[in-house]
Amino acid sequence: MAIRLRAVGREMWKWRISYLFLSPFILLFALFIVLPTLTSLGLSFTYYNILEPPKWSGWSNYKLLITDDDVFITALKNTLYFALVTGPLGYCLAFLFAWMIHQIPAKARTYYTTVFYVPSLTSGVAMAVVWLIVFANDSNGYLNSFLMQFGFINEPIQWITDVKKIMPVIITISLWMSLGTGFLAFLAGFETINTELYDAGKVDGIRSRFQELWYITIPSMKPQLLFGAVLAIVGSFKVGEVSMAVAGFPSPLYAGHTIILHLHDYAVLRYEMGYAAAISVVLFILIYGLGRICFKVFASKGEL
Amino acid sequence: MAKKRRTFRLFNRRIDIGLITIILFLTGFGLFMMLPLVFLVSTAFKPIEELFIYPPSFFVKNPTMQNFRDLLISQSASSIPFTRYLFNSLLVSIVSVGFTVIIGSLASYPLSKHKFPGRNFIFSGIIVSLMFAPEVVEIPRYLIVTSLGLMDTYGALILPNLAFPIGLFLMKQFLEQVPDEVFEAGKIDGASEWTLFYKIALPLIRPAWATVIILSFTAIWNDASSSALFTQSDEMKTLPYYLSTISGQAANAAAGAAGLGIARAGANAAATFLMTVPTVFIFILFQRQVLSTMAYSGIKS
Repeated sequence: MAIRLRAVGREMWKWRISYLFLSPFILLFALFIVLPTLTSLGLSFTYYNILEPPKWSGWSNYKLLITDDDVFITALKNTLYFALVTGPLGYCLAFLFAWMIHQIPAKARTYYTTVFYVPSLTSGVAMAVVWLIVFANDSNGYLNSFLMQFGFINEPIQWITDVKKIMPVIITISLWMSLGTGFLAFLAGFETINTELYDAGKVDGIRSRFQELWYITIPSMKPQLLFGAVLAIVGSFKVGEVSMAVAGFPSPLYAGHTIILHLHDYAVLRYEMGYAAAISVVLFILIYGLGRICFKVFASKGEL
Repeated sequence: MAKKRRTFRLFNRRIDIGLITIILFLTGFGLFMMLPLVFLVSTAFKPIEELFIYPPSFFVKNPTMQNFRDLLISQSASSIPFTRYLFNSLLVSIVSVGFTVIIGSLASYPLSKHKFPGRNFIFSGIIVSLMFAPEVVEIPRYLIVTSLGLMDTYGALILPNLAFPIGLFLMKQFLEQVPDEVFEAGKIDGASEWTLFYKIALPLIRPAWATVIILSFTAIWNDASSSALFTQSDEMKTLPYYLSTISGQAANAAAGAAGLGIARAGANAAATFLMTVPTVFIFILFQRQVLSTMAYSGIKS
């Protein structure tokens, strides 16, 4: 045992320069990513209001969260509703648009890439100024005015106060912004696929663009597809900013309330840090669990 | 074997019907996607009368710079000029992006080219942290920033951003496709690890910088919550924070009394316009290199 340890130590000393190169990143990574995550986990089992030191409270935060907090259940439902629509839909759209852009001549690609990617560069908070005009409740709103001029509706629709309309509006806005990093990864992934594969495919009887896509392109792009999927999951579960900016906080009857906003409510406004930490642990488990599923899905297909 | 795609001849050239459909669809949908940004630019240049006319005009008729002038001379309640927020945002974003690139480059080299003990452990940690969202750990980050005595300083706005897992991941993947022989040749010539990094690895990763710059700049430039959490005094606040406070007011106003939200829309749109320009500019500047990096973005599991 001691000999093995010494061997590892000698090996580590041999690579000391490597650790030196890594140290700034690892230090900051530990301090601002690993440590906060572990602290969240620890705090979630305590009562902590910042003023007094944390008091151990066992599972009570989690019990309260699941059995007694109706607003959290609303937030959970809204987040799942949002994530299950925006995640897969945004992901597929990103893939579809990247694929279509890849089909057109290379010279024109740059322009189309910019047009579709720019929305994801905007800030959800800052763009609220436009969304509030587009989705305004009265007939001055662009969407209402447009629908009324063409006779689709007679009365303006209360886009951002009607409890049933808030989530669809937030989903629409988020989909608009969803062609992000994953989209770029797909676009670049298409360019790396060996063109000989397509020629071989033609010999094997692949005739249409769609057959090419299904039998050659998608299987060769698994690594990029996994990368995109992971980012899509994180992106769709941390929804909240757009809701707050468009529907206000709290939104009417909590119709736009999400887990992140619930977390924000308890952490920043009520100073119930232990409870807020429990909320963040639940969110982390959701994201991490779905991420693992994605890794499983893409890995198992890769072995075929 | 010849292509059997549906084509027809026009002026003696083969025209691909599928391709034309795709181009038409992309053009139409692209224009539709641009509408919110067109509305943004249009609103930013609208004179106050045009903001209130009915039916609303989608496009500006008599463009004016008045909204920008209002914004630049406007002062918040605590007499902090708008330009201060702009300065803070620029400073924080540029310094953060610079250090993110340096720290990430340093880490990407041993991670892709050295076989030191713990390498796989560190790399799988980075893969897991691709699923990390800073929003989730606001409180512990606040506690750490406070205990380091960074509260209300530029350090609080900069340091938490510097370990950027997606950036390191992309640079590492990018460097990995460079054959190891390149570095072994250098080693035989007696070059030190620092020389290998500085003379060989660094020039090779440079295209990857473009992607890291765009992704981290966009994330930091648009981040309102760091400023909300880690700074108290008004002169330390950043642009997105300032915009989030006014858009919050506007949302509540729009929900309450019709028209109130529109009243400040001109100046807000001007501010949003100023906020959107740098990210778009940087993307257009680096677009070519971005695609060449992202090609290696895949996670091989």
